[in-house]
Amino acid sequence: MSGDSFDAIVVGAGPAGTAAAFLLAKEGWEVILLERGDYPGAKNVMGGILYRSPMEDLIPSFWHEAPVERYISEQRVWILSSDSGLCLDYKSDKLSKEPYNAFTILRAKFDPWFAGKAEEAGAILVAKTVAEELLMEEGKVVGVRTGREEGDIFAPVVILAEGVNAVLARKAGLRPEIRPHEVALAVKEVISLPAEKIEDRFNLEAGEGTAIELIGHPTRGQVGMGFIYTNRESLSVGVGVLLSDLADAGLSPHDLMEGMKSHPLVRRLLEGGETVEYSAHLIPEGGWKAIPALYADGVMIAGDAAMLVNNLHREGSNLALASGILAARTALKAKEVGDFSARTLKGYRDFLEESFVLRDLRKYRHFSDFLLRRRHFLSLYPEMITQAVQDVLWVDSTPKEEKFRSMRKKFLQKRSLWGLASDLWQIWRALG
Amino acid sequence: MRLEEKLYLLKFNPDRETHLRPREEDCRRCPDRPCTHFCPAQVYRWEEDKLVVSYENCLECGSCRVGCRFGSVDWRFPRGGFGVSYRFG
Repeated sequence: MSGDSFDAIVVGAGPAGTAAAFLLAKEGWEVILLERGDYPGAKNVMGGILYRSPMEDLIPSFWHEAPVERYISEQRVWILSSDSGLCLDYKSDKLSKEPYNAFTILRAKFDPWFAGKAEEAGAILVAKTVAEELLMEEGKVVGVRTGREEGDIFAPVVILAEGVNAVLARKAGLRPEIRPHEVALAVKEVISLPAEKIEDRFNLEAGEGTAIELIGHPTRGQVGMGFIYTNRESLSVGVGVLLSDLADAGLSPHDLMEGMKSHPLVRRLLEGGETVEYSAHLIPEGGWKAIPALYADGVMIAGDAAMLVNNLHREGSNLALASGILAARTALKAKEVGDFSARTLKGYRDFLEESFVLRDLRKYRHFSDFLLRRRHFLSLYPEMITQAVQDVLWVDSTPKEEKFRSMRKKFLQKRSLWGLASDLWQIWRALG
Repeated sequence: MRLEEKLYLLKFNPDRETHLRPREEDCRRCPDRPCTHFCPAQVYRWEEDKLVVSYENCLECGSCRVGCRFGSVDWRFPRGGFGVSYRFG
């Protein structure tokens, strides 16, 4: 392999890298797609939601052939206290009809299929190969040093889709090290359950799936969230919390997970299931402010490596796919004009700025800071809201007037009117 | 379910040498050693006065590198073909 030259090198066979390799190969480029796992997906973890868009721009009606688990027919948000929950549920017939909005997937099944598509298009997939550093000449990226013997490879353009840890981008000084409040550490279990049980328990028809986000008690006052997603014959159950919060509180994510699994509302859904896999992954949470330089001479950065995650809307893989697509489009343009320097590759940033990727992240640029400063949104408020509902529902011959007075008093003891007003203003600023 | 039981479910192909190298002198002066709590595979633990790094259980998430108080973990990916392989992911 030493000294081999390609039209492009793509590092990482996740959604961003595979999308880029697929598109370039389709245009007749000789593309090498490096993957450090034994197979694509072997090292890849996500909660499990893949949106139809923009995946279908690459492979129309992909869900007919791709190993997707279930299409998402309903979306729930649970606000949990230690022993109760306020459950919001959105269902729609539209979500149960083609073209679906989103699917649950398991990455060790989906990614090999997707990378197979890139191979069919002509990309050269090389697994079990760690990219160790970028090769530079006169300040320009000219290739990649791999962990294989005599493993230097060269190309006029390198697309780094190496995931959140971004070893190459950091080594080359293209991305600063992540700070602990800019990532969530998520742990997940895949819990096997028969399809029939899942459908009965979650009130689903065959093929339908549900996504539940859990706010409040599962993260014990830390900034984070839990989730339960239904797969075909298993559940993906996980909890993610800012790494800085875990570190400062001396908490173990495994303990949070066990606590969440034993919550009375959660326990019932998992009953009789068998854990078949445990995994962990960092999720970029820094938003707009954590996005590094996205390009330099001869190189572009896509997906998690570029911190492209919209944490408020729980979107990541779609941003990764979109960025991979736009990196490929930029590379094609660069070849046309015969220039792979930063001057041309700046077009990648422009494409992203025009697309939902950077427009959304810019819109929510205050959101990550907002959560850091107002963590009571995820602890105090869930507790107050569930308590208020409980007080209203509990019939005990107390006159309503007295009841509401005491509720108001309890509420204001925990959060002053001034505090409430300031929270409202801040949430408006973060989301508006 | 205990963490050991969860780790037991996973397919690991450990390399002969560690891919995680904290500077132990930093660990010794670390006030709270958060990695011993937040590491999802409890790779880092102290046996009396000795730091044990069970790199063969590493899930390769990167938390120890990012969350270290001193930024002192020399963190690499395991060599190609080594480390954890998820079957579901």
